[in-house]
Amino acid sequence: MSQMTLRHRRRRATSALMLGLTGVAALLTVLPLVLIFGYLVREGASALDLSFFVHTPRPTGEVGGGMGNAIVGTFEMVGLAALIGLPVAVLAGVYLAEARGSRLATAVRFTADVLNGVPSIVVGIFVYLLIVVPTGSFSALAGAVALATMLVPMVTRTTEEMVRLVPRELMEGGLALGMPRWRTMLGVVLPAARGGILTGALVGVARIAGETAPLLFTALGNQFWQLDPRHPTAALPLQIFAYAISPYDDWHRQAWAGALVLILLVLTLSLGARFALGRAQRNA
Amino acid sequence: MTDVVEGTSMEPLAGPRSFALPWRRSSASDALWRGVLVVFGLSIPLLLVGIAAALLHGAWPAVRAFGGGFLTGSEWNPVSDRFGGVPFLVGTLASSLLALLIAVPLSIGLALFLTELAPRWLAAPIAFATELLAAIPSVVYGLWAIFVLVPFLRDRVQSPVSERLGESLGIFAGPAYGPSILAGGVILAIMIIPFVSAVSREVIAAVPRAQREAALALGATRWESTWQIVLPAARAGLIGAVMLGLGRAIGETMAVTMVIGNTPQIPHSLFAPAYTMASVLANEFAEASGDVHRSALMYVALMLLAVTLVVNALARALVWRVERRAAQ
Repeated sequence: MSQMTLRHRRRRATSALMLGLTGVAALLTVLPLVLIFGYLVREGASALDLSFFVHTPRPTGEVGGGMGNAIVGTFEMVGLAALIGLPVAVLAGVYLAEARGSRLATAVRFTADVLNGVPSIVVGIFVYLLIVVPTGSFSALAGAVALATMLVPMVTRTTEEMVRLVPRELMEGGLALGMPRWRTMLGVVLPAARGGILTGALVGVARIAGETAPLLFTALGNQFWQLDPRHPTAALPLQIFAYAISPYDDWHRQAWAGALVLILLVLTLSLGARFALGRAQRNA
Repeated sequence: MTDVVEGTSMEPLAGPRSFALPWRRSSASDALWRGVLVVFGLSIPLLLVGIAAALLHGAWPAVRAFGGGFLTGSEWNPVSDRFGGVPFLVGTLASSLLALLIAVPLSIGLALFLTELAPRWLAAPIAFATELLAAIPSVVYGLWAIFVLVPFLRDRVQSPVSERLGESLGIFAGPAYGPSILAGGVILAIMIIPFVSAVSREVIAAVPRAQREAALALGATRWESTWQIVLPAARAGLIGAVMLGLGRAIGETMAVTMVIGNTPQIPHSLFAPAYTMASVLANEFAEASGDVHRSALMYVALMLLAVTLVVNALARALVWRVERRAAQ
């Protein structure tokens, strides 16, 4: 009997220990988040001032300057990428929802997931060959196409999921009234799925806004203001990268400031998406 | 209108084939619309094929010049135009595997904590925190790693460990530079944990409740039910989760480039600087010294694409199979 209880106690102790270890694992995974945000705020906030937002980078050795052109460049390229990528992604997502069950749709869905896993640096080289080489110039347009290439598979899948959530009766109702299929989809089904589709789109846009690798050989970067999308253009992630690996303390400070701005931008977009979805569901 | 969205999220009226309504063959507008959708749907496989074709085209001169020898050559010398991809392959595999070694136990531990143990008030903020980790851009991880993680590892891990164990164990040998396989592996681990743990959570949650309850009713402790019943039942999906993490680690570029040391040699120690396929592309492609160099880099890109495609396709297939079984 006492042996039984001893064994029983050991089993209970093992259970408590192992479950406790899962708690330690949870703690360890959250720790980097705290550390990263802590350093970003501590190092970044001190280097942030108005001139950071309105000036271009100064030449090596001169203290000061900012990333104004890079911030504008990021907005320009991310906006262009959304303009190019989102319509393709939404229509491809509608295709997947409409053709659900067909072999072709399954294959498309699979390639979308696989495309999602293609390294961003490879996408950069692809667009370099596709656009930079033929046009003979690095450009914001090439950067935007690279970002759009990453955006499409992500948003396609979320759009599909959202369209599938809309009840079949809505589609049937539209068709029964004699509406053409395209009008039923665009006028009835998509508006019903609007909140979810928008959320997926915003999350995708937030992800590409922080991407560096696809821009290295497409947008290239620029030390000056450049709004013409046919020319090399600065981007916040590119500038952070260049400054982070530089040997100058002042540039390191600016890299932290840039990183703080970038993370605030990304979080605003993705938390905004969350909020938009929450509100769409509450208003229901 | 949004009423409908709420209704479905609670009771799914729509079956799995909700939109497989018959198309009217006689209607021109239906036919046109269908054509438009198919074209946009096909744009995705087309994009993937386009990427592969473009890289193959770009890499072709190098493929012809070096052939399969590229996959066994370990010299990378842009000056003498001699190129071999092995250092990058080794660097990528070593840093990714180290990342998995760290990330997998932590991710599965985290997933178990969130699904089996934590009360809702604790689980929700922790899950939110891991989502935030997933949203941090790679270059920000890299910046943090350069100035915080690398100095920490150099002074607190590499120096003491190589002093004590370096002579007897080769993988801990060598001077503590800082940038190294170790630094790359650790930052990669931090970056893939959100993804591996999110998928792990889904597949663990998909294990039927009744199985846990049956184990507990037979007198198993909670850990025994978790370790002997839940984890084996979720195994295929967990392997898929790990492979998704591996795919991410292999393709991850910026953060690794910033901390791995960028040295095109086969590393013999965890503390030695190395190079990955992705980071050599990031560093050398824009400044390639000539056509052969550029083409050799595209050969590397092709290798990288091939590896990630295989890993991701396998991972997807595994996760899909689990999801389909859970849906039945």
